[in-house]
Amino acid sequence: MIAIEYQDIVKKYEGSQAYSVDHVSAQIREGEFITILGSSGCGKTTLLKMTNRLIDPTEGKIVLFGENIAQVDPVVVRRRMGYVIQQVGLFPHMTVEENIGIIPKLEGWDKERIHQRVTELLELVELKPDEYRTRYPSQLSGGQQQRIGLARALVTDPKIMLLDEPFGAIDAITRLNLQNELMRIHQGMNKTFLLVTHDINEAFRLGNRVMIMNEGKLLQFDTPANIIRHPADPFVETLIASTKEQERFWEGIL
Amino acid sequence: MIEYFLKRPEKILNPLLEHMELVLITLLFSVALAAALTLLSLYVRKAGCVLNQLFAVLYGIPSLALFALLIPVTGLGTKTAVIVLVVYNQYLLLRNFLTGIGEVDPAVCEAAAGIGMTKMQVLLRVQLPLARKAIFAGIRLAVVSTIGIGTIASSINAGGLGDLLFDGLRTMNLVKILWGSFLSAGLAIVTNAVLKCVENAIDRKVQGQ
Repeated sequence: MIAIEYQDIVKKYEGSQAYSVDHVSAQIREGEFITILGSSGCGKTTLLKMTNRLIDPTEGKIVLFGENIAQVDPVVVRRRMGYVIQQVGLFPHMTVEENIGIIPKLEGWDKERIHQRVTELLELVELKPDEYRTRYPSQLSGGQQQRIGLARALVTDPKIMLLDEPFGAIDAITRLNLQNELMRIHQGMNKTFLLVTHDINEAFRLGNRVMIMNEGKLLQFDTPANIIRHPADPFVETLIASTKEQERFWEGIL
Repeated sequence: MIEYFLKRPEKILNPLLEHMELVLITLLFSVALAAALTLLSLYVRKAGCVLNQLFAVLYGIPSLALFALLIPVTGLGTKTAVIVLVVYNQYLLLRNFLTGIGEVDPAVCEAAAGIGMTKMQVLLRVQLPLARKAIFAGIRLAVVSTIGIGTIASSINAGGLGDLLFDGLRTMNLVKILWGSFLSAGLAIVTNAVLKCVENAIDRKVQGQ
């Protein structure tokens, strides 16, 4: 089953000559963990935000499970998907439970069901429910905040999760832990994950396929092993070479 | 002074009650109008700019002149006074409302939209609660300013504490002048303090930190 299909997507901002996203086409199967890798300004975040209609494409069509999203109310599209951003964006005036439960509340779930769901999710992201549910975001560390961000995105059990550099502002050790947990969460359910990052290690570690983007173009979309073996483009080659260079630097220190 | 109050309490209490009534009516209309204009400005970005400029200019017109200008249209009395006071308040309220909402962390608003809140839900559940400080500051400012400018409304027969003041001035009655000044200043100070308390109470309730 194809979960997400990009059909010749173009995004051009008014007054700008260059394409932000330049004729991107790709198919993502249900249950895949896709990472989108590129440096800032390459169009990766724009592509992600077009998937939940925070941005609409200039040309082209995005089809989710056979449905053209241009014909669906943006709010409906977004509620079918989880969305996590780098700055987390928890609501500072709401407790952890209220943050996670806000969309269910707006959709009219009863209190008991929301409570139950919040408990489940806090356990999933490995925070003790009774200790954390009444806390406010300001009483949490950066890593804990992003766990709550993840729980909030998962609350309605969406089939697709969009993650925009979720661990970009988190220290290296915590990031590694969170990456492991994200993989564990992904394996436990048949959800399609789409994660944007500029960190090649993160992209190749998490993604079962990686989209490499530069200047709006999708340069290569393949498994990490295939990309390393057969880089499709000089840019991809340089990217891999620079990573190997770094590896040698680390080994050289010893 | 006390003697005057004991002898003719209604001479002092009536203007005070009238004044409070004028302030209350003005406040209700002001906040309602400012809320509507804020909403408009959020949906039509240009409207906010234009309205802010317009009210800044109107705010610059002396109140006596504005009262005089409106007399041929709406006549003497409370109605004209309320219109002028509401217009003045728009400058204070609209600016505070819009600044407060504009200062809410954009990442929080983006997350709210991204998880599927409608524009109105983002406004009511996220932006307004987080902008409450600026909103309340605006309302407090508007109330205090209305109490002050409201005294001048007596010049167009709108009653209130201005009656005491102007009567006193006309007849050189120091007791009346003093009562008028004390009460208008006192009303402003007390109202400000009460609103501040309400503000803090709401703050504690909304933000459990």
